[in-house]
Amino acid sequence: MNVLGPLWLSVQLALATTLVLFVVGTPLAWWLSQTASRWKPVAQTIVAMPIVLPPTVLGFYLLILLGPNGAIGSWWVQLTGSALTFSFTGLVIASCVYSLPFAVQPMQNAFEALPRQTLEFAWLQGATKLDAFFSVAAPMSVRGFVAAAVLAFAHTLGEFGVVLMVGGNIPGETRVVSIAIYDEVETLNYGAAHQMSLLLLAFAFVVLLAMYLVNRRWSER
Amino acid sequence: MRKLLLIAALLPTSLLADDVVRVAVASNFIQTAAELSKRFSETSSIEVRLSGGSTGKLYAQILNGAPFDVFLAADAERPRLLEQGGHAVPGSRTTYARGALVLWSGDRTLVGRDCREVLNRGDYRHLAIANPATAPYGKAARDFLVDAGLWEQAKKRAVFGENISQTLQFVATGNATLGFIAASQLRHRNLPSTSCNWTVPDSEGSPLDQQLVLLKSAAGNAAAREFVDYLADEQAAAIIRRSGYGVPGR
Repeated sequence: MNVLGPLWLSVQLALATTLVLFVVGTPLAWWLSQTASRWKPVAQTIVAMPIVLPPTVLGFYLLILLGPNGAIGSWWVQLTGSALTFSFTGLVIASCVYSLPFAVQPMQNAFEALPRQTLEFAWLQGATKLDAFFSVAAPMSVRGFVAAAVLAFAHTLGEFGVVLMVGGNIPGETRVVSIAIYDEVETLNYGAAHQMSLLLLAFAFVVLLAMYLVNRRWSER
Repeated sequence: MRKLLLIAALLPTSLLADDVVRVAVASNFIQTAAELSKRFSETSSIEVRLSGGSTGKLYAQILNGAPFDVFLAADAERPRLLEQGGHAVPGSRTTYARGALVLWSGDRTLVGRDCREVLNRGDYRHLAIANPATAPYGKAARDFLVDAGLWEQAKKRAVFGENISQTLQFVATGNATLGFIAASQLRHRNLPSTSCNWTVPDSEGSPLDQQLVLLKSAAGNAAAREFVDYLADEQAAAIIRRSGYGVPGR
Protein backbone atom coordinates (compact mmCIF):
# COMPACT_ATOMS: atom_id res chain seq x y z
CA MET A 1 0.00 0.00 0.00
CA ASN A 2 1.01 3.56 -0.64
CA VAL A 3 2.61 4.87 2.54
CA LEU A 4 3.07 8.50 1.58
CA GLY A 5 -0.52 9.10 0.45
CA PRO A 6 -2.13 8.75 3.90
CA LEU A 7 0.79 10.59 5.48
CA TRP A 8 0.43 13.53 3.13
CA LEU A 9 -3.32 13.57 3.72
CA SER A 10 -2.73 13.75 7.46
CA VAL A 11 -0.29 16.62 7.00
CA GLN A 12 -2.84 18.49 4.87
CA LEU A 13 -5.52 17.89 7.47
CA ALA A 14 -3.28 19.05 10.29
CA LEU A 15 -2.25 22.18 8.36
CA ALA A 16 -5.81 23.11 7.49
CA THR A 17 -6.94 22.50 11.06
CA THR A 18 -4.11 24.57 12.53
CA LEU A 19 -4.90 27.41 10.15
CA VAL A 20 -8.60 27.42 11.00
CA LEU A 21 -7.83 27.17 14.71
CA PHE A 22 -5.58 30.22 14.48
CA VAL A 23 -8.33 32.26 12.86
CA VAL A 24 -11.04 31.06 15.23
CA GLY A 25 -8.94 30.38 18.29
CA THR A 26 -6.97 33.64 18.56
CA PRO A 27 -9.97 35.92 19.22
CA LEU A 28 -11.44 33.29 21.52
CA ALA A 29 -8.20 32.98 23.48
CA TRP A 30 -7.91 36.77 23.62
CA TRP A 31 -11.44 37.15 24.91
CA LEU A 32 -10.86 34.45 27.52
CA SER A 33 -7.67 36.18 28.66
CA GLN A 34 -9.24 39.62 29.01
CA THR A 35 -12.81 39.00 30.09
CA ALA A 36 -14.11 39.36 33.60
CA SER A 37 -17.45 37.90 32.58
CA ARG A 38 -19.06 35.44 34.93
CA TRP A 39 -19.42 33.14 31.93
CA LYS A 40 -15.67 32.78 31.60
CA PRO A 41 -15.43 29.52 33.60
CA VAL A 42 -18.22 28.05 31.49
CA ALA A 43 -16.52 29.08 28.24
CA GLN A 44 -13.19 27.73 29.49
CA THR A 45 -14.84 24.46 30.41
CA ILE A 46 -16.40 24.06 26.99
CA VAL A 47 -13.07 24.78 25.29
CA ALA A 48 -11.29 22.21 27.48
CA MET A 49 -13.87 19.44 27.11
CA PRO A 50 -12.31 17.68 24.10
CA ILE A 51 -9.28 16.92 26.30
CA VAL A 52 -11.28 14.71 28.61
CA LEU A 53 -14.10 13.46 26.36
CA PRO A 54 -13.62 10.09 24.67
CA PRO A 55 -13.20 10.59 20.91
CA THR A 56 -16.19 8.31 20.49
CA VAL A 57 -18.44 10.88 22.18
CA LEU A 58 -17.24 13.58 19.80
CA GLY A 59 -17.42 11.17 16.89
CA PHE A 60 -20.97 10.16 17.74
CA TYR A 61 -22.28 13.72 17.97
CA LEU A 62 -20.36 14.86 14.91
CA LEU A 63 -21.74 11.93 12.93
CA ILE A 64 -25.24 13.10 13.79
CA LEU A 65 -24.60 16.84 13.39
CA LEU A 66 -22.58 16.62 10.16
CA GLY A 67 -24.68 13.89 8.53
CA PRO A 68 -27.06 14.75 5.67
CA ASN A 69 -29.97 14.78 8.14
CA GLY A 70 -28.07 16.66 10.84
CA ALA A 71 -28.37 20.33 11.77
CA ILE A 72 -25.09 21.37 10.17
CA GLY A 73 -24.92 18.59 7.58
CA SER A 74 -28.34 19.25 6.03
CA TRP A 75 -27.56 22.95 5.72
CA TRP A 76 -24.24 22.09 4.07
CA VAL A 77 -25.98 19.73 1.64
CA GLN A 78 -28.34 22.52 0.57
CA LEU A 79 -25.39 24.85 0.16
CA THR A 80 -22.95 22.62 -1.70
CA GLY A 81 -24.86 19.50 -2.68
CA SER A 82 -22.47 17.21 -0.84
CA ALA A 83 -22.50 15.89 2.72
CA LEU A 84 -19.93 16.69 5.37
CA THR A 85 -19.46 13.21 6.75
CA PHE A 86 -16.95 11.09 4.83
CA SER A 87 -15.35 14.24 3.41
CA PHE A 88 -12.10 16.09 3.96
CA THR A 89 -14.01 19.25 4.91
CA GLY A 90 -15.91 17.25 7.51
CA LEU A 91 -12.63 15.99 8.93
CA VAL A 92 -11.31 19.54 9.19
CA ILE A 93 -14.40 20.54 11.18
CA ALA A 94 -14.11 17.46 13.40
CA SER A 95 -10.39 18.08 13.94
CA CYS A 96 -11.00 21.72 14.86
CA VAL A 97 -13.36 20.62 17.61
CA TYR A 98 -10.99 17.86 18.69
CA SER A 99 -7.86 20.05 18.79
CA LEU A 100 -9.47 23.32 19.93
CA PRO A 101 -8.08 23.29 23.49
CA PHE A 102 -4.59 22.52 22.22
CA ALA A 103 -4.61 25.77 20.23
CA VAL A 104 -6.59 28.01 22.56
CA GLN A 105 -4.98 27.21 25.90
CA PRO A 106 -1.34 28.06 25.01
CA MET A 107 -2.46 31.31 23.37
CA GLN A 108 -4.65 32.22 26.33
CA ASN A 109 -1.76 31.55 28.73
CA ALA A 110 0.53 33.78 26.69
CA PHE A 111 -2.04 36.58 26.55
CA GLU A 112 -2.65 36.37 30.27
CA ALA A 113 1.07 36.71 30.95
CA LEU A 114 1.27 40.03 29.08
CA PRO A 115 2.04 42.95 31.38
CA ARG A 116 -1.15 44.92 31.68
CA GLN A 117 0.65 48.30 31.60
CA THR A 118 2.12 47.69 28.18
CA LEU A 119 -1.34 47.25 26.67
CA GLU A 120 -2.72 50.21 28.57
CA PHE A 121 0.19 52.32 27.38
CA ALA A 122 -0.55 51.40 23.78
CA TRP A 123 -4.20 52.32 24.24
CA LEU A 124 -3.17 55.65 25.80
CA GLN A 125 -1.02 56.31 22.76
CA GLY A 126 -4.23 56.21 20.78
CA ALA A 127 -3.86 52.73 19.31
CA THR A 128 -7.15 50.97 18.62
CA LYS A 129 -7.61 47.67 20.41
CA LEU A 130 -6.96 45.83 17.17
CA ASP A 131 -3.80 47.86 16.53
CA ALA A 132 -2.58 47.25 20.04
CA PHE A 133 -3.18 43.55 19.62
CA PHE A 134 -1.22 43.23 16.40
CA SER A 135 1.62 45.61 17.22
CA VAL A 136 2.07 44.90 20.94
CA ALA A 137 0.26 41.82 22.23
CA ALA A 138 0.87 39.46 19.30
CA PRO A 139 4.63 40.00 18.98
CA MET A 140 5.01 39.52 22.71
CA SER A 141 3.06 36.26 22.57
CA VAL A 142 5.04 34.51 19.85
CA ARG A 143 5.89 31.69 22.20
CA GLY A 144 2.22 30.99 22.83
CA PHE A 145 1.49 31.01 19.12
CA VAL A 146 4.31 28.59 18.41
CA ALA A 147 3.17 26.24 21.14
CA ALA A 148 -0.43 26.45 19.90
CA ALA A 149 0.60 25.71 16.32
CA VAL A 150 2.82 22.79 17.25
CA LEU A 151 0.31 21.21 19.62
CA ALA A 152 -2.70 21.68 17.33
CA PHE A 153 -0.76 20.29 14.37
CA ALA A 154 0.68 17.31 16.23
CA HIS A 155 -2.56 16.50 18.00
CA THR A 156 -4.49 16.50 14.71
CA LEU A 157 -1.85 14.30 13.12
CA GLY A 158 -2.41 11.79 15.91
CA GLU A 159 -6.19 11.86 15.64
CA PHE A 160 -7.78 8.43 15.30
CA GLY A 161 -11.09 7.72 17.01
CA VAL A 162 -13.06 10.65 15.65
CA VAL A 163 -11.84 10.01 12.09
CA LEU A 164 -12.69 6.32 12.41
CA MET A 165 -16.26 7.31 13.20
CA VAL A 166 -16.92 10.12 10.71
CA GLY A 167 -14.30 9.51 8.01
CA GLY A 168 -15.43 6.41 6.17
CA ASN A 169 -11.86 5.33 5.32
CA ILE A 170 -11.83 6.77 1.77
CA PRO A 171 -8.39 6.64 0.11
CA GLY A 172 -7.09 10.12 -0.67
CA GLU A 173 -10.01 11.78 1.06
CA THR A 174 -10.37 10.55 4.63
CA ARG A 175 -7.92 7.65 5.01
CA VAL A 176 -5.43 9.51 7.17
CA VAL A 177 -2.23 7.92 8.38
CA SER A 178 -3.57 6.71 11.75
CA ILE A 179 -6.41 4.88 9.99
CA ALA A 180 -4.04 3.48 7.38
CA ILE A 181 -1.79 2.11 10.14
CA TYR A 182 -4.80 0.51 11.83
CA ASP A 183 -5.80 -1.13 8.54
CA GLU A 184 -2.30 -2.42 7.89
CA VAL A 185 -2.04 -3.89 11.39
CA GLU A 186 -5.43 -5.54 11.05
CA THR A 187 -4.45 -7.12 7.76
CA LEU A 188 -1.07 -8.15 9.20
CA ASN A 189 0.91 -5.93 6.81
CA TYR A 190 3.39 -5.07 9.49
CA GLY A 191 5.93 -3.75 6.97
CA ALA A 192 3.74 -0.85 5.87
CA ALA A 193 2.55 -0.32 9.45
CA HIS A 194 6.17 -0.04 10.58
CA GLN A 195 7.07 2.45 7.87
CA MET A 196 4.25 4.80 8.75
CA SER A 197 4.56 4.33 12.49
CA LEU A 198 8.30 4.97 12.53
CA LEU A 199 7.85 8.14 10.50
CA LEU A 200 5.26 9.38 12.99
CA LEU A 201 7.41 8.36 15.93
CA ALA A 202 10.38 10.28 14.56
CA PHE A 203 8.17 13.24 13.73
CA ALA A 204 6.67 13.41 17.21
CA PHE A 205 10.09 13.21 18.79
CA VAL A 206 11.64 15.88 16.58
CA VAL A 207 8.75 18.29 16.96
CA LEU A 208 8.54 18.02 20.72
CA LEU A 209 12.30 18.17 21.14
CA ALA A 210 12.47 21.27 18.96
CA MET A 211 9.78 22.89 21.04
CA TYR A 212 11.52 22.15 24.32
CA LEU A 213 14.86 23.39 22.95
CA VAL A 214 13.27 26.60 21.73
CA ASN A 215 11.56 27.02 25.07
CA ARG A 216 14.83 26.63 26.90
CA ARG A 217 16.59 29.18 24.77
CA TRP A 218 13.71 31.57 25.39
CA SER A 219 13.82 31.20 29.13
CA GLU A 220 17.60 31.64 29.16
CA ARG A 221 17.22 35.03 27.61
CA MET B 1 -16.52 -10.21 56.74
CA ARG B 2 -16.98 -6.94 54.90
CA LYS B 3 -13.42 -7.22 53.66
CA LEU B 4 -14.06 -10.70 52.35
CA LEU B 5 -17.12 -9.51 50.48
CA LEU B 6 -15.13 -6.72 48.96
CA ILE B 7 -12.47 -9.13 47.80
CA ALA B 8 -15.12 -11.42 46.35
CA ALA B 9 -16.64 -8.47 44.52
CA LEU B 10 -13.29 -7.50 43.07
CA LEU B 11 -12.43 -11.00 41.87
CA PRO B 12 -12.74 -11.43 38.14
CA THR B 13 -16.02 -13.22 37.51
CA SER B 14 -14.12 -15.93 35.65
CA LEU B 15 -12.90 -17.22 38.97
CA LEU B 16 -16.42 -17.42 40.31
CA ALA B 17 -18.32 -18.84 37.33
CA ASP B 18 -17.97 -22.57 36.78
CA ASP B 19 -16.67 -22.38 33.26
CA VAL B 20 -16.12 -19.68 30.74
CA VAL B 21 -15.92 -19.84 26.96
CA ARG B 22 -14.37 -16.86 25.25
CA VAL B 23 -15.68 -16.48 21.74
CA ALA B 24 -14.43 -14.22 18.96
CA VAL B 25 -17.43 -13.47 16.71
CA ALA B 26 -17.61 -11.85 13.29
CA SER B 27 -19.73 -8.69 13.63
CA ASN B 28 -22.54 -9.93 11.38
CA PHE B 29 -23.21 -12.84 13.76
CA ILE B 30 -22.91 -11.01 17.07
CA GLN B 31 -26.64 -10.65 17.74
CA THR B 32 -27.34 -14.25 16.86
CA ALA B 33 -24.39 -15.40 18.94
CA ALA B 34 -25.73 -13.41 21.88
CA GLU B 35 -29.08 -15.16 21.61
CA LEU B 36 -27.42 -18.55 21.22
CA SER B 37 -25.15 -18.09 24.19
CA LYS B 38 -28.05 -16.92 26.34
CA ARG B 39 -29.97 -20.10 25.55
CA PHE B 40 -26.85 -22.18 26.00
CA SER B 41 -26.11 -20.70 29.42
CA GLU B 42 -29.66 -21.39 30.55
CA THR B 43 -29.16 -25.13 30.33
CA SER B 44 -25.51 -25.33 31.33
CA SER B 45 -23.48 -23.55 33.97
CA ILE B 46 -21.11 -22.25 31.32
CA GLU B 47 -20.67 -18.55 30.76
CA VAL B 48 -20.06 -17.41 27.17
CA ARG B 49 -18.18 -14.17 26.60
CA LEU B 50 -18.47 -12.67 23.13
CA SER B 51 -16.01 -10.30 21.49
CA GLY B 52 -17.17 -8.86 18.18
CA GLY B 53 -15.14 -7.45 15.32
CA SER B 54 -14.31 -7.93 11.68
CA THR B 55 -13.12 -11.43 10.79
CA GLY B 56 -9.76 -10.07 9.65
CA LYS B 57 -9.19 -8.12 12.85
CA LEU B 58 -10.10 -11.08 15.06
CA TYR B 59 -7.87 -13.32 12.96
CA ALA B 60 -4.93 -10.96 13.47
CA GLN B 61 -5.66 -10.82 17.19
CA ILE B 62 -5.72 -14.62 17.42
CA LEU B 63 -2.37 -14.86 15.62
CA ASN B 64 -1.05 -12.40 18.19
CA GLY B 65 -2.16 -14.58 21.08
CA ALA B 66 -5.60 -13.19 21.94
CA PRO B 67 -7.15 -15.43 24.60
CA PHE B 68 -10.10 -16.84 22.64
CA ASP B 69 -11.40 -20.39 22.77
CA VAL B 70 -13.69 -20.37 19.75
CA PHE B 71 -13.63 -18.30 16.56
CA LEU B 72 -16.89 -17.75 14.68
CA ALA B 73 -15.65 -16.24 11.41
CA ALA B 74 -17.62 -14.77 8.52
CA ASP B 75 -15.63 -16.73 5.96
CA ALA B 76 -14.04 -20.13 5.48
CA GLU B 77 -10.63 -18.76 4.58
CA ARG B 78 -9.42 -17.51 7.97
CA PRO B 79 -10.49 -20.64 9.87
CA ARG B 80 -8.70 -22.70 7.21
CA LEU B 81 -5.56 -20.60 7.61
CA LEU B 82 -5.71 -20.99 11.38
CA GLU B 83 -6.06 -24.73 11.00
CA GLN B 84 -3.15 -24.91 8.54
CA GLY B 85 -1.01 -22.71 10.77
CA GLY B 86 -1.56 -24.96 13.76
CA HIS B 87 -3.57 -22.35 15.66
CA ALA B 88 -6.77 -24.39 15.67
CA VAL B 89 -7.71 -27.86 16.81
CA PRO B 90 -7.49 -30.08 13.69
CA GLY B 91 -10.85 -31.29 12.46
CA SER B 92 -12.83 -28.74 14.49
CA ARG B 93 -13.54 -26.56 11.47
CA THR B 94 -17.21 -26.60 10.42
CA THR B 95 -19.65 -24.34 8.62
CA TYR B 96 -22.11 -23.03 11.20
CA ALA B 97 -24.08 -20.62 9.00
CA ARG B 98 -24.42 -19.49 5.42
CA GLY B 99 -24.83 -15.75 5.06
CA ALA B 100 -26.28 -13.59 2.32
CA LEU B 101 -25.31 -10.16 1.10
CA VAL B 102 -28.04 -7.52 0.90
CA LEU B 103 -28.07 -4.12 -0.72
CA TRP B 104 -30.09 -1.94 1.62
CA SER B 105 -31.21 1.66 1.96
CA GLY B 106 -33.22 3.63 4.49
CA ASP B 107 -33.06 6.83 2.46
CA ARG B 108 -36.56 8.28 2.29
CA THR B 109 -36.06 9.59 -1.25
CA LEU B 110 -35.59 6.01 -2.41
CA VAL B 111 -38.92 4.65 -1.13
CA GLY B 112 -40.44 2.43 -3.79
CA ARG B 113 -37.29 2.42 -5.90
CA ASP B 114 -35.40 -0.70 -6.87
CA CYS B 115 -32.12 -0.76 -4.93
CA ARG B 116 -30.34 -2.62 -7.69
CA GLU B 117 -31.38 -0.03 -10.28
CA VAL B 118 -30.25 2.82 -8.00
CA LEU B 119 -26.88 1.11 -7.77
CA ASN B 120 -26.69 0.61 -11.54
CA ARG B 121 -27.47 4.22 -12.26
CA GLY B 122 -25.17 5.50 -9.58
CA ASP B 123 -28.04 7.47 -8.03
CA TYR B 124 -26.39 7.75 -4.65
CA ARG B 125 -24.08 9.99 -2.72
CA HIS B 126 -22.20 7.33 -0.79
CA LEU B 127 -22.25 3.55 -0.95
CA ALA B 128 -21.27 1.85 2.30
CA ILE B 129 -19.17 -1.30 2.07
CA ALA B 130 -17.33 -3.14 4.81
CA ASN B 131 -13.55 -2.99 4.44
CA PRO B 132 -12.81 -5.75 1.88
CA ALA B 133 -9.40 -6.41 3.41
CA THR B 134 -10.77 -7.38 6.81
CA ALA B 135 -14.49 -8.07 6.42
CA PRO B 136 -15.71 -11.01 4.30
CA TYR B 137 -19.01 -9.23 3.58
CA GLY B 138 -17.00 -6.32 2.25
CA LYS B 139 -14.96 -8.64 0.07
CA ALA B 140 -18.15 -10.25 -1.22
CA ALA B 141 -19.59 -6.81 -1.99
CA ARG B 142 -16.50 -5.77 -3.90
CA ASP B 143 -16.39 -9.06 -5.81
CA PHE B 144 -20.02 -8.57 -6.77
CA LEU B 145 -19.41 -4.98 -7.92
CA VAL B 146 -16.37 -6.02 -9.93
CA ASP B 147 -18.29 -8.84 -11.62
CA ALA B 148 -21.20 -6.51 -12.36
CA GLY B 149 -18.82 -3.99 -13.90
CA LEU B 150 -19.82 -1.37 -11.34
CA TRP B 151 -16.68 -1.24 -9.21
CA GLU B 152 -14.96 1.62 -11.05
CA GLN B 153 -18.01 3.79 -10.62
CA ALA B 154 -18.77 2.68 -7.07
CA LYS B 155 -15.19 2.93 -5.84
CA LYS B 156 -15.20 6.71 -6.03
CA ARG B 157 -18.18 7.06 -3.74
CA ALA B 158 -17.62 4.08 -1.50
CA VAL B 159 -17.16 4.53 2.22
CA PHE B 160 -15.59 1.67 4.09
CA GLY B 161 -16.91 0.45 7.42
CA GLU B 162 -14.43 -0.97 9.87
CA ASN B 163 -16.67 -4.03 10.03
CA ILE B 164 -20.19 -4.88 8.87
CA SER B 165 -21.75 -3.28 11.98
CA GLN B 166 -20.20 0.09 11.23
CA THR B 167 -21.22 -0.35 7.60
CA LEU B 168 -24.84 -0.76 8.67
CA GLN B 169 -24.47 2.24 10.96
CA PHE B 170 -23.28 4.36 8.01
CA VAL B 171 -26.45 3.54 6.05
CA ALA B 172 -28.85 3.45 9.00
CA THR B 173 -27.88 7.00 10.04
CA GLY B 174 -28.43 8.19 6.47
CA ASN B 175 -24.80 9.18 6.05
CA ALA B 176 -24.52 6.72 3.17
CA THR B 177 -27.41 6.45 0.73
CA LEU B 178 -27.16 2.71 0.43
CA GLY B 179 -24.89 -0.06 1.51
CA PHE B 180 -24.06 -3.74 1.36
CA ILE B 181 -24.97 -5.37 4.65
CA ALA B 182 -25.56 -8.88 5.95
CA ALA B 183 -29.04 -10.38 5.54
CA SER B 184 -29.07 -11.11 9.27
CA GLN B 185 -28.80 -7.38 9.98
CA LEU B 186 -32.23 -6.80 8.42
CA ARG B 187 -33.56 -8.27 11.65
CA HIS B 188 -31.71 -5.74 13.75
CA ARG B 189 -34.19 -4.39 16.27
CA ASN B 190 -33.19 -0.74 15.78
CA LEU B 191 -33.09 -0.81 12.00
CA PRO B 192 -34.89 2.20 10.49
CA SER B 193 -37.66 1.44 8.02
CA THR B 194 -36.41 0.00 4.76
CA SER B 195 -36.70 2.09 1.60
CA CYS B 196 -35.40 -0.63 -0.65
CA ASN B 197 -33.45 -3.82 -0.34
CA TRP B 198 -32.16 -6.40 -2.73
CA THR B 199 -30.52 -9.69 -1.86
CA VAL B 200 -27.51 -10.52 -4.01
CA PRO B 201 -28.29 -13.96 -5.47
CA ASP B 202 -25.84 -16.75 -4.64
CA SER B 203 -25.10 -17.03 -8.34
CA GLU B 204 -23.88 -13.42 -8.50
CA GLY B 205 -22.06 -13.13 -5.19
CA SER B 206 -19.32 -15.12 -3.60
CA PRO B 207 -20.65 -17.73 -1.20
CA LEU B 208 -20.57 -16.58 2.40
CA ASP B 209 -19.88 -19.81 4.18
CA GLN B 210 -19.22 -18.89 7.78
CA GLN B 211 -16.97 -21.34 9.56
CA LEU B 212 -15.89 -21.82 13.12
CA VAL B 213 -12.83 -23.37 14.69
CA LEU B 214 -11.90 -24.44 18.16
CA LEU B 215 -8.66 -22.64 18.91
CA LYS B 216 -5.52 -24.41 19.99
CA SER B 217 -5.53 -23.06 23.53
CA ALA B 218 -9.01 -24.53 24.04
CA ALA B 219 -8.07 -28.06 22.99
CA GLY B 220 -8.58 -29.32 26.54
CA ASN B 221 -11.47 -27.00 27.35
CA ALA B 222 -14.59 -29.16 27.72
CA ALA B 223 -16.85 -26.11 28.04
CA ALA B 224 -15.65 -24.76 24.70
CA ARG B 225 -16.30 -28.11 23.05
CA GLU B 226 -19.74 -28.22 24.59
CA PHE B 227 -20.54 -24.78 23.17
CA VAL B 228 -19.32 -25.77 19.69
CA ASP B 229 -21.43 -28.94 19.85
CA TYR B 230 -24.43 -26.87 20.89
CA LEU B 231 -24.07 -24.72 17.74
CA ALA B 232 -24.67 -27.84 15.63
CA ASP B 233 -27.71 -28.81 17.68
CA GLU B 234 -31.26 -28.64 16.34
CA GLN B 235 -32.36 -25.82 18.65
CA ALA B 236 -29.33 -23.72 17.73
CA ALA B 237 -29.89 -24.39 14.04
CA ALA B 238 -33.45 -23.10 14.38
CA ILE B 239 -32.20 -19.87 15.97
CA ILE B 240 -29.54 -19.42 13.31
CA ARG B 241 -32.09 -19.98 10.55
CA ARG B 242 -34.52 -17.56 12.17
CA SER B 243 -31.74 -14.94 12.23
CA GLY B 244 -31.55 -14.91 8.45
CA TYR B 245 -28.90 -17.49 7.74
CA GLY B 246 -28.87 -20.75 5.89
CA VAL B 247 -27.79 -23.77 7.91
CA PRO B 248 -25.71 -26.25 5.90
CA GLY B 249 -26.74 -29.87 5.64
CA ARG B 250 -30.35 -29.28 6.64
